[in-house]
Amino acid sequence: MPATFRVGVVTFPGSLDDRDAARAVRAAGAEAVSLWHGDATLHGVDAVVLPGGFSYGDYLRAGAIARFSPVVAEIVAAANDGLPVLGICNGFQVLCESGLLPGALIRNAGLHFVCRDQRLRVECTTTRWTSHYAVGDEIVIPVKHGEGRYVADAATIDELERDARVVFRYLGGNPNGALNDIAGIRNAAGNVVGLMPHPEHAIEALTGPSIDGLPMFASVIDALVAV
Amino acid sequence: MTPTPIDTVEHAEATPDQAQPFAELGLKDDEYARIREILGRRPTDSELAMYSVMWSEHCSYKSSKVHLRQFAEDPPASEAMLVGMGENAGVVDVGDGLAVTFKVESHNHPSYVEPYQGAATGVGGIVRDILTMGARPIAVMDSLRFGDADAPDTKRLVTGVVAGVGGYGNCLGLPNIGGEVGFDPTYRGNPLVNALCVGVLPHERLQLAQAKGPGNKVVLLGALTGRDGIGGVSVLASATFEEEGESKRPSVQVGDPFTEKILIECCLELFDAGLVTGIQDLGGAGLSCATSETASHGDGGMQVDLDKVPLREPSMSPLEVLTSESQERMLAIVEPANVGAVLERCARWGVVSTVIGEVTGSGRLVVKWHGETVVDAPPGSLADDGPVYHRPFVRPDDAQDSLAGDTSARLPRPSNGDELRDALLRLVASPELCSRRWVTEQYDRYVLGGTVLAMPHDSGVVRLGDDSSRGIALSLDGNGRFARLDPHDGAQLALSEAYRNVACVGAQPLAVSDCLNFGSPEDPAVMWQFAEATRGLAEACRVLGTPVTGGNVSFYNQTGATAINPTPVIGVLGVIADVARRIPSGFTAAGQQILLLGDTEDELDGSAWAWVEHHHLGGRPPAVRLAAERGLAAVMTEAATLSMLTAAHDLSEGGLAQALVEACLVGGIGATVQIPGDPFVALFSETAARAIVATHDVDAVLALAAKHHVAASVVGQTGRQGLSVDGLFTVDLDELREQSEGTLPALFG
Repeated sequence: MPATFRVGVVTFPGSLDDRDAARAVRAAGAEAVSLWHGDATLHGVDAVVLPGGFSYGDYLRAGAIARFSPVVAEIVAAANDGLPVLGICNGFQVLCESGLLPGALIRNAGLHFVCRDQRLRVECTTTRWTSHYAVGDEIVIPVKHGEGRYVADAATIDELERDARVVFRYLGGNPNGALNDIAGIRNAAGNVVGLMPHPEHAIEALTGPSIDGLPMFASVIDALVAV
Repeated sequence: MTPTPIDTVEHAEATPDQAQPFAELGLKDDEYARIREILGRRPTDSELAMYSVMWSEHCSYKSSKVHLRQFAEDPPASEAMLVGMGENAGVVDVGDGLAVTFKVESHNHPSYVEPYQGAATGVGGIVRDILTMGARPIAVMDSLRFGDADAPDTKRLVTGVVAGVGGYGNCLGLPNIGGEVGFDPTYRGNPLVNALCVGVLPHERLQLAQAKGPGNKVVLLGALTGRDGIGGVSVLASATFEEEGESKRPSVQVGDPFTEKILIECCLELFDAGLVTGIQDLGGAGLSCATSETASHGDGGMQVDLDKVPLREPSMSPLEVLTSESQERMLAIVEPANVGAVLERCARWGVVSTVIGEVTGSGRLVVKWHGETVVDAPPGSLADDGPVYHRPFVRPDDAQDSLAGDTSARLPRPSNGDELRDALLRLVASPELCSRRWVTEQYDRYVLGGTVLAMPHDSGVVRLGDDSSRGIALSLDGNGRFARLDPHDGAQLALSEAYRNVACVGAQPLAVSDCLNFGSPEDPAVMWQFAEATRGLAEACRVLGTPVTGGNVSFYNQTGATAINPTPVIGVLGVIADVARRIPSGFTAAGQQILLLGDTEDELDGSAWAWVEHHHLGGRPPAVRLAAERGLAAVMTEAATLSMLTAAHDLSEGGLAQALVEACLVGGIGATVQIPGDPFVALFSETAARAIVATHDVDAVLALAAKHHVAASVVGQTGRQGLSVDGLFTVDLDELREQSEGTLPALFG
């Protein structure tokens, strides 16, 4: 087992929460490795976080340009080989655009950007990123987005529900009109998770509404130990 | 399209008598004459355009300068000031080798024309001012004022401005940590959009806007230059200059936060690598301002090849290039040996960078266009030696006296528990005092991971680094009604409130940035308001020991003969050694004692109660109590250090009643209070220098208050399902929340 696991955090031009994601990785005990959007290499990291923000300005459609970046091509290939990947907010949008996760994230139903401390229910703990939670846990994690309304065709939604691939669900008010109150989902293998809420903003009582986001980063370290 | 002949210096010398449209550009006869005298000939079209924008009210502060001097000439003693007024923003030492720079600026007129872009570029502009000092921007705040909430045009402005502030700040990755929103009929045609940015820098990274070292290169960074924003600071887009008959372009700039985000990251890399010797942002008056100011404050000379400026529209004339206010641009001064490294780092970030000229020792700003000289002027004459007006100011005795005589004493007051309860609920639900959540939920307050407190707390508090416990606190406050009743005292009360808010979170107030929003300086009555407000502010800053580090003046906020309420908006910066000891504004635990600090007088003139319940504005504003504010602040900062308080909330608009409601709603914990004396006065008076605190150690708080000569008494206890005033009334928390939070969504959806 390596002394410290190395978790990559991607910076696109327009990434905003990359520092926060790196801070969360360090808080969980791993080393944060900065990955540059233009480099077609993952520098041998053990897992990757795609952080929040507005990659390349997101003027076309959130995540639509980022999916064509050299680093995302590497991430897609590695994820298909089992690399743990977490997409937060814009990262979730990139994962959907790149086909690692199904569905899409569209403009919030209320048409406003929404920043609030959001209650969530943990629905699935078999992923690389959620083993430190229990199914049914209620947690509080900030959401902050203008395009976070998860949608997919009926067959996809049925499949996600049937296969327990919904990982987090909004509680106490759906901030964006997402179908089935879906806040986060996983791929079939459970190594790729995408969610709209920001666990990196809930790792310390002083700066967040809770420390409920920290287990996500601790979970992946456990998963890496298990490998 | 026939190319317009370019007016060169040579041509100007040959045609001394050619008529020039100086009046259309806003220049007076004597100003035009002075330009001819400075140059020893008539100005070229480009020079005339540059003087007109640089000598505009916005850039030259020609009407306000004589009054603003008070802030610089006799500032309060402060060891914290590193850079004072005159630079892009003041810089304050906060310890640990760190400095903080902050500034508030208006973008009122553009926001009325085009609310989204006006507000967005207001944020973008102030962020670049902070970046220019060498600082990483770490947070923004906004102070917004609109016409009455149900006026026909208010919804368009509110939704557009809020989306613009949010859209730009959110995309830039800067947390919005607080501010204020107000409504009053006087702002109907003149909304106020004031944006504040704060940044942090290690002392050694401080940058100055100077072009020094002849031979050093002038490098333009960032967005391409287009026709947007031409005329933003003057009346350039006049028919006389539209010889090509092109369609009129909007004089409001268009923002691109993504370009600004990469510009910030790129500039910070350049600063850290020591690759630039001077830097200036391009804001009002664009290249005209950035080149003349850096040259004037440096070695005095610069040559610029204007045709090297990357353009969005290739047909632009030199005059347009010089005055374009296209956003997201910076001007860097770079030693020749570093030019390669600068261009390379910019390319990595995708930031366009172009060498457009060099520093010279000539003492002249020379601008070339395809080899011909279109500008040849002393830069100081543009940047520093503009006109200065001693505008006449006169107190409008009749109007002011009849306003002062019309006090709130004649208004019927609630006289029993039910009436008090009804008044409280109406105030809580009024646009004046209701929850701002609908606004603040549209702003990201979490990004960068340093936000310790944000709205609805008394101040925003940001930790300065992951490995540091040190933080800053900021509050931004104004009260146009008080300033209307008495501009001198109103300005002091705005400062008092911001100062008190900073103290209430446990921080030590250090410095001030001000945004002075007024009507037309050509009206002696408005100029009197301005003179009074600046005099009051300078006096109060001396008493409170908080120097003004910079800010902005916005005149001409008036429609026809009706000016806005004079509205000095004051930002106060404080420092807190350990952010873990900050004091939240909401009750956090049941079973605590609630104390009221400070004396309460019968001061209802200009109050939220008088306005909301009776639409009345008259009388005298509450007395200014600067010594009491200092004492209260001393209690707060010491109590924070000793972790003596679990909550603290200042009393301002709406008085004790509103403060209790907010403390209950923020924390989700109710309270029972016992009111001494006249319950109406106790609940709704707006006497200054007061706060409520919650504690488990009453004796310690009483002793501390006594030490600082602050009156203190127990007025209640936390921990109920509602807010209960003994013997008078009870309101359930859910009902309070519904009243408070329902208003703005219902109005603006």
